[in-house]
Amino acid sequence: MIFSLDLFCNAVVAGVLLGGFYCAVAVGITIAFGMLDIVNIAHPAFIMAGGFIAYYFNSNFGVDPVLACAIATVPAYLVGRLLYRFYHHAFEKRGEESLQGLAFFFGLMFIIEVGLVLTFGVDFRFVEAAYIGPTISIGFISIPWRLLVPLVVGLGVVGGIIVFLSRTFIGKAILAVSQDPLALRLVGGNPVKVKEIAFGLAIATAILSGALLIVIQPIEPSLGRDFIGRVFAIAVLGGMTSLPGTILASMILGVAESLTTTFFGPSWSPAVAFGLLLVTLAVRPAGILGR
Amino acid sequence: MKPSSPRSLGAQARHKTVRALAAFAICAVGGTAVMFALDQAGTDYAFLAAYTILQFVALATAWNILGGYAGYVNFGVAGFFAVGVYTSVIIYKTLQWPLLFTIPLAAVVAGLLGLGMGYLTLRLRGVFFSIATLAFSVVLNTLVVNWSFVGGSRGVYVIHPASMAFFGSYARYLMVVMLILAVGSVLIARMIENSRIGNGLAALKDDEMAAECAGVPSLRLKLFATTVSGALLGAVGAPFPYFITYVDPTSAFSLTIAVNAIAMPLIGGTATWTGPVIGALLLGTLQQVATVTISSALSLLIVGVLLVVFITVAPNGIVGFIRDWREKQK
Repeated sequence: MIFSLDLFCNAVVAGVLLGGFYCAVAVGITIAFGMLDIVNIAHPAFIMAGGFIAYYFNSNFGVDPVLACAIATVPAYLVGRLLYRFYHHAFEKRGEESLQGLAFFFGLMFIIEVGLVLTFGVDFRFVEAAYIGPTISIGFISIPWRLLVPLVVGLGVVGGIIVFLSRTFIGKAILAVSQDPLALRLVGGNPVKVKEIAFGLAIATAILSGALLIVIQPIEPSLGRDFIGRVFAIAVLGGMTSLPGTILASMILGVAESLTTTFFGPSWSPAVAFGLLLVTLAVRPAGILGR
Repeated sequence: MKPSSPRSLGAQARHKTVRALAAFAICAVGGTAVMFALDQAGTDYAFLAAYTILQFVALATAWNILGGYAGYVNFGVAGFFAVGVYTSVIIYKTLQWPLLFTIPLAAVVAGLLGLGMGYLTLRLRGVFFSIATLAFSVVLNTLVVNWSFVGGSRGVYVIHPASMAFFGSYARYLMVVMLILAVGSVLIARMIENSRIGNGLAALKDDEMAAECAGVPSLRLKLFATTVSGALLGAVGAPFPYFITYVDPTSAFSLTIAVNAIAMPLIGGTATWTGPVIGALLLGTLQQVATVTISSALSLLIVGVLLVVFITVAPNGIVGFIRDWREKQK
């Protein structure tokens, strides 16, 4: 282990950049798991699906990966709404969401992953774009464009959702359903409809972050499993329902992973998220910005 | 399952003993019959296939003690299994104990880990426990990858003797070991199910708050179930290095094991011990056939689709489906 100041600074900068990407990845879980109480462990599988959508349109038609997935968020939103409607009728209505619902998403994760394996194979796939490759150098710190673009898009997505939730009528209804579904019903709102919209939004963010992932690194279908720990660690650490908490927690995880990779080697980095998660659950289950 | 007409306690106890003895006799006769049938196949492959299916019976039953009876979903099956696998590898590389002594040790190590993890997370909502078990499995995986003594990510070879006295080929011996483990797991699960502990677990599965108010010591029961379930999962892992003879983290922490151990009880039915056994026998056989005839990726897809279809259409599994159907017939 060689410790030097510029190595340390570079690792921290890379970690913050990575954190920007992680908040795009985790915002869907904060919405689905934190606000709607839907334990969507298939979320990372949707991220991988997004990555392969970007790959398909980039390698066949030369479309920019982020643009391809930005367009794909519209059908993804509709798929998310349908999925929630199905989930609600099959499990939530019967009051069996805890065990059966969890197993349902587990099975779904599996189907998506094996489906991707059967369609695209198990090789690593990558995309081509102008911003993959070059880096900006400021003194001894280097900022690769391939990490800067996900940071900007990621923060933009989360910022947009924060504005959406606090300014629009539907957004306020989503916050209301996360606080008290019964009270929403009493004032004449339909929690099922509101949750349906919010879940559609969550799936749309998953697809978009898939494009960011394939910009950062080559992907293969089983890579999604590494993100299960990350998204839940961020959601729990950030305090479940708080979007600023999600951003903060993403940055913490990004920096922690980056430092671990730099000073201990990349083989230790998968344990960082889960270690953070276990410690948070044991010490402060409410998260840093939790109520 | 419960007798509908009121009966004296003595008669009930006698009835239970008779049933337990009958179950034991059926297992013994069935086991011998299976051995005989497999001998007719004439190749070791038959024993290895039977080993795989029996391993799933044991894993599904072990998972069900916590997941089915108490309703706490353990996603870390592969982690507990791998603890057993690597305990066995460590013993192989150091003390060279025979397998039969390694299995109890693996059970103790995995059980203690289950207890520790239960202490950390079982006070929280069930969902957090599930995510923590997933975390536990990945942390263990990372530790093993970085631990060169047990082979790291390169893996390690485990050499077993070509044959065992009295059992003939080693594959035959391994299958008998796994048969005993599977039957043992089922008997333990059945014992728990019919005891006060089982009733307490069922109560807290229905409504934890109400169960606590009625005086059910829910945390202690959950810890008990986690420990027993973890110990059994670890015990099933112990013979695994001798079965595949080359252990690497990918095979020890395999997703196939995690998915099947969860899918099999849910498809079979989680409320009774028969569910996981039926689910494991059906799905295990189906996968053996599909892997040989089609491909292993597709056989996994079948499991995923069946899981989703069953929990949507028949949430109480095959056993619950049959029970409902028979009640309708009356």
